[in-house]
Amino acid sequence: MPLLLRLRKLLFSQPSLHYTPTITHINEHQQHHKSLTTTKKNNNNKKKKLSWRSCIDCYCWFVGYLCTTWWLLLLLYTALPSALPVLESPGHRLKHEGLHAHHPVVLVPGIVTGALELWEGRPCAHGLFRQRLWGGSFSEILKRPLCWLEHMSLDNETGMDPPGIRVRPIPGLVAADYFTPGYFVWAVLIENLARIGYEDKNLHMATYDWRLSFHNTEVRDQSLSILKSRIELMVRTNGDRKVVVVPHSMGVLYFLHFMKWVEAPAPFGSGGGPDWCAKHIKAIINIGPAFLGVPKAVTSVFSAETKDVAFARAVFPGLLNSNLLGFQTLPHILRIARTWDSMISLLPKGGETIWGNIDWSPEGVYHCDLAKRKLIAPLFDDKAFSSNRSDGRIGFRIEETTNYGRMISFSSPSAKLSTCGSKEHVKSTQTIPMKSSACRETWTKFNDMNEDQIRSVAENKVYTARTVHDLLRFVAPKLMQRANAHFSYGIADDLDDPKYSHYKYWSNPLETKLPDAPEMEIYCYYGVGIPTERSYVYKLSQSSKCNNIPFQIDSSVDGNERDCLRGGVYFVDGDESVPSISAGFMCAKGWRGKTRFNPSGLPTYVREYWHRPPSNLLGGRGKESGAHVDILGNAAIIEDIMRVAAGANADEIGGDQILSDIMKISEHIKLHL
Amino acid sequence: MPLLRRRRPAHPPPQIDGPSTSAESDEKEKPSLPMARKPRWNCVDSCCWLIGCICSLWWILLFLYNAMPASFPQYVTEAITGPLPDPPGVKLRKEGLVARHPVVFVPGIVTGGLELWEGHQCADGLFRKRLWGGTFGEVYKRPLCWVEHMSLDNETGLDPPGIRVRPVTGLVAADYFAPGYFVWAVLIANLARIGYEEKTMYMAAYDWRLSFQNTEVRDQTLSRIKSNIELMVATNGGKKVVVIPHSMGVLYFLHFMKWVEAPAPMGGGGGLDWCEKHIKAVMNIGGPFLGVPKAVTGLFSAEAKDVAVARAIAPGFLDSDFLGLQTLRHVMRMTRTWDSTMSMIPKGGDTIWGGLDWSPEENHSCNGKKKRSDDSLVSQDVKEEIMNHQANITNYGRIISFGKDLAEAHSVKIEGIDFRDAVKGSNLAHSNASCRDVWTEYHELGWGGVKAVSDYKVFSATSILDLLRFVAPKMMQRGSAHFSYGIADNLDDPKYKHYKYWSNPLETKLPNAPGMEIYSMYGVGIPTERAYVYKLSPSAECYIPFQIDTSADGGSDGSCLQGGVYLVNGDETVPVLSAGYMCAKGWRGKTRFNPSGIKTYIREYDHAPPANLLEGRGTQSGAHVDIMGNFALIEDIIRVAAGATGEDLGGDQVHSDIFKWSEKINLQL
Repeated sequence: MPLLLRLRKLLFSQPSLHYTPTITHINEHQQHHKSLTTTKKNNNNKKKKLSWRSCIDCYCWFVGYLCTTWWLLLLLYTALPSALPVLESPGHRLKHEGLHAHHPVVLVPGIVTGALELWEGRPCAHGLFRQRLWGGSFSEILKRPLCWLEHMSLDNETGMDPPGIRVRPIPGLVAADYFTPGYFVWAVLIENLARIGYEDKNLHMATYDWRLSFHNTEVRDQSLSILKSRIELMVRTNGDRKVVVVPHSMGVLYFLHFMKWVEAPAPFGSGGGPDWCAKHIKAIINIGPAFLGVPKAVTSVFSAETKDVAFARAVFPGLLNSNLLGFQTLPHILRIARTWDSMISLLPKGGETIWGNIDWSPEGVYHCDLAKRKLIAPLFDDKAFSSNRSDGRIGFRIEETTNYGRMISFSSPSAKLSTCGSKEHVKSTQTIPMKSSACRETWTKFNDMNEDQIRSVAENKVYTARTVHDLLRFVAPKLMQRANAHFSYGIADDLDDPKYSHYKYWSNPLETKLPDAPEMEIYCYYGVGIPTERSYVYKLSQSSKCNNIPFQIDSSVDGNERDCLRGGVYFVDGDESVPSISAGFMCAKGWRGKTRFNPSGLPTYVREYWHRPPSNLLGGRGKESGAHVDILGNAAIIEDIMRVAAGANADEIGGDQILSDIMKISEHIKLHL
Repeated sequence: MPLLRRRRPAHPPPQIDGPSTSAESDEKEKPSLPMARKPRWNCVDSCCWLIGCICSLWWILLFLYNAMPASFPQYVTEAITGPLPDPPGVKLRKEGLVARHPVVFVPGIVTGGLELWEGHQCADGLFRKRLWGGTFGEVYKRPLCWVEHMSLDNETGLDPPGIRVRPVTGLVAADYFAPGYFVWAVLIANLARIGYEEKTMYMAAYDWRLSFQNTEVRDQTLSRIKSNIELMVATNGGKKVVVIPHSMGVLYFLHFMKWVEAPAPMGGGGGLDWCEKHIKAVMNIGGPFLGVPKAVTGLFSAEAKDVAVARAIAPGFLDSDFLGLQTLRHVMRMTRTWDSTMSMIPKGGDTIWGGLDWSPEENHSCNGKKKRSDDSLVSQDVKEEIMNHQANITNYGRIISFGKDLAEAHSVKIEGIDFRDAVKGSNLAHSNASCRDVWTEYHELGWGGVKAVSDYKVFSATSILDLLRFVAPKMMQRGSAHFSYGIADNLDDPKYKHYKYWSNPLETKLPNAPGMEIYSMYGVGIPTERAYVYKLSPSAECYIPFQIDTSADGGSDGSCLQGGVYLVNGDETVPVLSAGYMCAKGWRGKTRFNPSGIKTYIREYDHAPPANLLEGRGTQSGAHVDIMGNFALIEDIIRVAAGATGEDLGGDQVHSDIFKWSEKINLQL
């Protein structure tokens, strides 16, 4: 310390010592100072040294100043009494009510929220053994992006590990409590459950590799077997109390798959017998369930963009597409996303019967009128948008209905269309060779398509939930080929058809029967009151050179003020990711009472939670949020879950709680039950 | 911003008229001028400058460090020491080995992480944060709170009310103890090279503070281990598991094997052939089968060799009211609530550990040359007096003796006064008050009790138990409900069905699993604590009244007595006798402890300290924990996990005198 100080003194006093001896020097010095303001032609050595030194000094001083201030602020911040009015957490309150852990709880995370770590990799991933590739700080993306992409991709043929790479899900609660530091997923729920006595022995996180198709998680990692064994163990060690399962988002489909798998006989399934669920499961609390898929999945697979990406694209055109740092972001994302089978599990199911066709959709009467919907959140909850745009809209209402059924339409929405069927596109075998070479290693399906084919896709104008599959099959044949082996999107005519014992139908609620467990309760908990993507307006990208994805959402298309069309996307009520029709229909109608999908008549309940954005920044992500992931921090949902886990049944927590038009919408759907 | 501006006038505006005026005098005048003119560098500025300098330097270094290619340290090491050998995983993969048998790790005491699930007010914000393991940041931030949460209930040995501290699960529980200090990580990384991953590796983490049976009562840990092993066998095509317990995990797994066979209310109800069906091999690393003498001193006076040395160097530091903390006593209070420490009290009494005038290792020579010891405690100039040591027969059997003379005296001369009936009372009334809330059972002992203990003079492995029962009655009461330290005369006695005997290899039979193999793998060549010389603490008022007499050194350098501790061959924690005896003799062939004739193997690894600092903790270490990074040991484990048998490894590999010593033990087999 003293040494350094002396050094500083030395550095600083030296130049001044140089002035001393003669007048000439001083004169010189004066000149320098004049020259400093006028010109920089003076090349005197000392002068240079001086400015160089003072520059360093200045810099050091400045940095020190900043650091000190920062530390002071930090100190003040931590020294602040944490006695800010903290709302009593539901766990705390319910503990006082005398609730305590009763049923073991199983959490099933959804897509992307589960962390993945590296077990074996290429040389470029040296030193990352058992480090998180997905989740955590994502620092590796910045350090070695291409390496990261390579390791996150799966094999395009098999949908399994590429040779020499093993990326595995992290087991345990740490896998999905926080997605990145500070961004909770399950952490709030876990903490509240812990208050009433839950701990590792009666709280289990059913992690799985969310990139794989559901069946492959069993083939590769035995995730389903592990889950079964854990549930059986927890039931046994907790005095034969059945478990409460809490799946979220895609976890809902995963757990549907699990229930069929556990019942199925040995080669495909586990051989648990038809009464396994009745014996082991008390209730399934689906949060933000994507039972019938999400339209978002279509665009992710089709052009790797969703609302947010399209928006970013509109703001910074070229940024995502450009060869920024030699890195072609979107095509890369598209490429790896297309190797993930699980994306396909989220494609809309039930075709036109559920999602509507060209002229009809169940939500057709949905009013995007904000005032009536009591919608506090502006349409785009991107903060940039909110303040400037939302004001004008309130107070209007629309009379005309929106064509939500047209899931993807090219060019302007108003254009009347001639063809709409799934025209057979003929894919010419010859691809353009120069393209693939020029595009370096960035390989996407689009490189196999030539201009004509791209145009023919666009000329088809409109795709509905049914024809969208044909479209995807055309643009991403390999993906869909794998997908067809693992997932199905139809509606069963006859559920007793032996073909439905195949595992590919297990995650589709419209092609399976619920297990024979009349006492099991199924809840659908989801947020409403946030505009949610439902269908898209596309255009061809202008620069359809090799590096670009030839299609993109036409973010310039805006409906008039009253319309549900914003930035090329039609919105509908939902939780920002899942439209309420997908989340609620099964519980509201498809399974309600004794139907052919629910032969044993297990009770179902719909509980909707109105979205209220946090009132200020201190609220973080809000305790009343209804957004897809943030809802896991919603105090009302947490309380409901805890009550069920502590032994309450549906009537005690109030049965259905319906805030949206889900019942009306469900009535519009003509599905034979 | 105003501060920023203040910096600018550093360029002197030289309106100087006198030619002789120097810049220095110029500066001296400046302070008298208004601030805005020129306060060149005041204190704050200097401070800022300094901080800025350090920060910038730090950032630059950090940047360089991050920009450095990941393989850089390896280059440096290779440049200095020559090319490193391939890690065993890589080497064996080239040989074509692939993952075969699922692997179960059973961590030992203290190496497993513990996290908080429910705590008192003072532990706010620590939910699911590690209290044990990791950085131990909380020990510094809120030490008393930490001690409170780490302690268990003194009556039940379970959670105190309102506190739930639970073991971390998964491989993360014990891969690293603290950042950078590996435990299982090296082994895991090498196993991963030949194809192991989460589904074929399982860390049987348990709360190592609890007695073994209580882990099942509170957390159902044993049930979980059983269920997981069954699952792994089922999902890996019926291949049996290889279990790798370390340190106390060895005893825990012994307990598990008995538990799993026992019928349902007390045990797991797996049936008598469960082990045969599910376990291929048990590869015990550094297993204290018969306990460790260290455990005694840990319980008796909360000190081991290292603490005793620290005490000698900085007397009063640990005992003093440093920051209002009476460190050792707090530590002692906390550790005495941990039942598991009692599982490591030496077992088998005088038969195994030796009596007043004999011990199995009595001819052991502590001559440093032979042992290649690097331990600083062994004095450097041992070689000069090699001659003398042969005559010395060390009385290792006297595990605790008060005074060096007694430790060496002939047994006839020792006249111990029985302490068992000594009156404990005469409690110094003021000591309770003055010692604040730090409670240890020594308060109840009183001066009379302390005197009585020291008058007994010498304690062997059997009387040690009485001693502990005398000084810490509550703890031993809990202990005797969960552990037993004797030798069974008749193993078929129905009383041995009780769980308290399950972790004592001398009171249980091995499972009926002739296909199973048991390995005992441990390091040798490091002086290891075996017996102690004690003295009364000078200031026995508020302090622990006994402490190791660090001034007691063997007269000749050949002596094994260093700093009040008699040392013997071992792995720094576990003496060879404890780690090796069962596999060398107790279970060898068909004995009454091993009725089905399970094959046992001894694999000793001679300790070689790391050649230089760059090697870290070394790849040939034999130390108790560092051995987990020993390449030879890892290679053996990988081979067995990939399907090899003990014969394929080469059977026994012995460096110490374990077989000779085992012969001296007169135990009916």
